[in-house]
Amino acid sequence: MNYFELFNLEPAFDIDTALLAERYRELQRAVHPDKFANDTEQQKLLSVQRTSQVNDGYQTLKNPLRRAEHMLSLRGIELSHETTTLKDGAFLMQQMEWREALEDIQHSQEPQDLINELYDSFGEFEASLSNKLTLLLASTDQADALLAADQIRKLKFMAKLQDELARIEDGLLD
Amino acid sequence: MALLQIAEPGQSAAPHQHRLAVGIDLGTTNSLVATVRSGLASTLADEAGRHSLPSVVHYGKDTVQVGYEAQAKSALDPQNTIVSVKRFMGRSLADVQSGVHKLPYALHASENGLPVFSTPMGAVNPVQVSAEILKPLIARSQATLGGELQGVVITVPAYFDDAQRQGTKDAAELLGVKVLRLLNEPTAAAIAYGLDSKQEGVIAIYDLGGGTFDISVLRLNRGVFEVLATGGDSALGGDDFDHLLVSHLQQVWNISEPNNQLARQLLIEARRVKEALTDNDSIEATVVIDAKPLTTTVDKSLFNDLIGALVKKTISSCRRTLRDAGVGVDDVIETVMVGGSTRVPLVREQVEAFFKKTPLTSIDPDRVVAIGAAIQADILVGNKPESDLLLLDVIPLSLGVETMGGLVEKVVTRNTTIPVARAQEFTTFKDGQTAMAFHVVQGERELVEDCRSLARFTLHGIPAMAAGAAHIRVTFQVDADGLLSVTAMEKSTEVKTTIQVKPSFGLSDTEIATMLKDSMKHAKEDITRRMLAEQKVEAARVIESLNAALGKDGDLLDAQERKQLTDAIALLDMTAQQDDVDAIEKAIANLDEQTQDFASRRMDNSIRAALKGQSVDNI
Repeated sequence: MNYFELFNLEPAFDIDTALLAERYRELQRAVHPDKFANDTEQQKLLSVQRTSQVNDGYQTLKNPLRRAEHMLSLRGIELSHETTTLKDGAFLMQQMEWREALEDIQHSQEPQDLINELYDSFGEFEASLSNKLTLLLASTDQADALLAADQIRKLKFMAKLQDELARIEDGLLD
Repeated sequence: MALLQIAEPGQSAAPHQHRLAVGIDLGTTNSLVATVRSGLASTLADEAGRHSLPSVVHYGKDTVQVGYEAQAKSALDPQNTIVSVKRFMGRSLADVQSGVHKLPYALHASENGLPVFSTPMGAVNPVQVSAEILKPLIARSQATLGGELQGVVITVPAYFDDAQRQGTKDAAELLGVKVLRLLNEPTAAAIAYGLDSKQEGVIAIYDLGGGTFDISVLRLNRGVFEVLATGGDSALGGDDFDHLLVSHLQQVWNISEPNNQLARQLLIEARRVKEALTDNDSIEATVVIDAKPLTTTVDKSLFNDLIGALVKKTISSCRRTLRDAGVGVDDVIETVMVGGSTRVPLVREQVEAFFKKTPLTSIDPDRVVAIGAAIQADILVGNKPESDLLLLDVIPLSLGVETMGGLVEKVVTRNTTIPVARAQEFTTFKDGQTAMAFHVVQGERELVEDCRSLARFTLHGIPAMAAGAAHIRVTFQVDADGLLSVTAMEKSTEVKTTIQVKPSFGLSDTEIATMLKDSMKHAKEDITRRMLAEQKVEAARVIESLNAALGKDGDLLDAQERKQLTDAIALLDMTAQQDDVDAIEKAIANLDEQTQDFASRRMDNSIRAALKGQSVDNI
């Protein structure tokens, strides 16, 4: 299913998220099961199915990473269940360094400083990956699409690091 | 605009008729019922003018008492006086007995390991006990409103899992009541405050009841309540404050092994002391043992020390939930307090300190949930077609399936907006394999044993093929109530496999049948009569809703299609005049089948209309 079509949006990586949210609410008003509480069983069932699609579409388009994956999947490149590994040595080295930094937090005197520092570095790196991704996705060249897939893989690594960092920060506050 | 819509032809068979619907807050400690009359939502009182009904059920030799009468029996006959049954809902016997405090009941396990209470009136399970609490509330509504209820909305803690939700719904259905929706308590509170009309932005709802704690973060936008994230603990509440105070009193008075009666006495006294400490700095606690009174002073700081760790736990949940929602403390424009335990001063102070603003408390925290449920019930039953209120809830805990080595593979992650559907593909690992077993769990942990087992099911009828050749697509569908259903299909042959779901903590079919029988006492005739009555009501409902649909969207059909439908409606109408249950059921199914195409055209049409309205706005 093409979610850009469902939400009547141009299939671009750079989308108007406020417009997306607005369309989401309008679609929900049209399909949500609560609007069919007194309708036939058929209509209720259909409403649950359509609302599920609308919800999934919204989550997909809202999240930049999932939006990018969806764009590639519309071009025949499936990333969701893949097992391909990254072959970028420099990137993997950087990942290992950051993982070590995460482990150092617990033994640090000023853990919050280290956490903030890491948030900044992660953010910076993610921004540069996203910029490249935006350019690559704007191209119609299939080779660029494959390069875009690599950026997405890297961004997924970054998302995991971010989660880890958030968990560590929560642990400190509890 | 509203007037025009009411006058629209075919929208309702009797457009001016007000349909009766109520909202019920089925609480751990107290339950309430509310309804909307002349546009205003209010809770309904019993004959003595009392609004809340203690969620206490006493089983005597030949009578069941509920509420205040049952509460009066609590200290004398704790074994047969069931309090806080909500904490048993959807739990296994092992779960409920793992708590720190000893339970005074005579409990045993059902065939699925559910707790069953032995009472002078026989064995009862938590669903039946909950139904007893609902019964007087429904009777009260019908007496006050003067008619049969068309439906109810029942509230549940946002953090309730599938088994707990299903149990709550079963309790109402046991009484033959139509459940329009299970509504999350925090969302109900937000509706009650009428936040939809006044504000846009992020709000946080802190709900600390007798037995459960919920924190929900919502975004409001022109009548749409979008839950961004929810968190909490379905086994943390004011009851725990009571138990901590009981332990303290036991320690001071050197009581090591209180019998059931004394234990209940201590609990009642602890609760009184806790409540009194809301407006007093210190209070005398007293119990009488063998005509000897024991006393001790409990002051606020001592009480705060006792409960401090638990309150802190709730604040940690708030922080995590804000993070899950992707918003910061400063984004929150309003906080709402729900649940009797938010009267505890330390709770208020800590919540205020964390969110950096004075929480809303103007609606009685005990009644706010029922009031919100009543507003939603009024809309769902069809009394306010012009309402733009829409609730978008999330699933509170991730759903997953067991994979090799007892690990969990997540299928739906928590805080995903519902309804949601996820399809997962599986394959066979043996030649000629025709069946496959699944185990569905709910929770955040990686190991199956650390999550809650929801259901086990087996797929049968997979066409025999070489290992790995069959591709079975399993679809997990969670509806707007947060309830799960599963369907499966073999992809290459499109063979629908059948599924037997065995809920891990739900009721078995035989248990449901027995409960239904018990609930009507005089077996067969009553059941037949009830089924006939239900089918007739269902037929009338189907006809009414189809006529409404034809009135509104009839132009989507050509003359012949329309005639086919009206003929099928006429057939059902005729059949429903007779007393043949099976024939009515068949006629309904037939009509249902005939409307498939019409239903999907209507849905597409309304999606088109929604997007068209959009583009016009944006030009």
